[in-house]
Amino acid sequence: MPRVRVQAEDFDVGRELDALTRGRRDVGAVASFVGLVRDANDGQAIGGMTLEHYPGMTEKALEEVCAQADSRWDLIGMVVVHRVGSLVPGDQIVLVGVASAHRGEAFAACEFIMDYLKTRAPFWKREDTPTGARWVEARASDDLAAGRWKE
Amino acid sequence: MVTLLYFASLRESLGCSREQVSLPAGVPTVSLLIEALRGRGEKWAEALAAGKPWRVAVNQQMASLATPLKPGDEVALFPPVTGG
Repeated sequence: MPRVRVQAEDFDVGRELDALTRGRRDVGAVASFVGLVRDANDGQAIGGMTLEHYPGMTEKALEEVCAQADSRWDLIGMVVVHRVGSLVPGDQIVLVGVASAHRGEAFAACEFIMDYLKTRAPFWKREDTPTGARWVEARASDDLAAGRWKE
Repeated sequence: MVTLLYFASLRESLGCSREQVSLPAGVPTVSLLIEALRGRGEKWAEALAAGKPWRVAVNQQMASLATPLKPGDEVALFPPVTGG
């Protein structure tokens, strides 16, 4: 059921979410999250970033996160699109969209997928700052966010 | 032989993105492989030090030091992930 893609190209949020509901009459709620490149991080201006990933494992990890969401909630459809390569502030990085009969499940599953994606999917960000490029370090708050979902 | 992949800051600090290595003798595990890599010199010992937050995947699944290895496995070493 989940549609997972890793790509350099930008994505059209409207088109992706439309694909979750097109031709269906059982969807009552679609929740979505879009992550964007900010122009500042940790007190430094960000001119752009490069996203590296582990081809093969990335897709498997995203599919696995979606499978877990599907087993926890009653979902009708999911889409995850994550970009790689060179991005600039304002660019879209990631889209998570979830369709279900009711909003509670769509909201929860969308947040769960993002929290798990941030700690399990093998992506790495390298930011361009005025003082040079730096690898973004993982945040403890992301581990805490993912830990909330432990049963 | 196993295929070793390195990503992100680990790839940069080690100056290597991919290589083939022989499995250590005995009962090969991730732990034994890491020990062998640390023995290559200061750069390797430092990057793969026990206190450093590197992660390991075997055949594209997150793994641990105790994970057993067999010929043909794909082992990846990388820093904690930062996508999203």
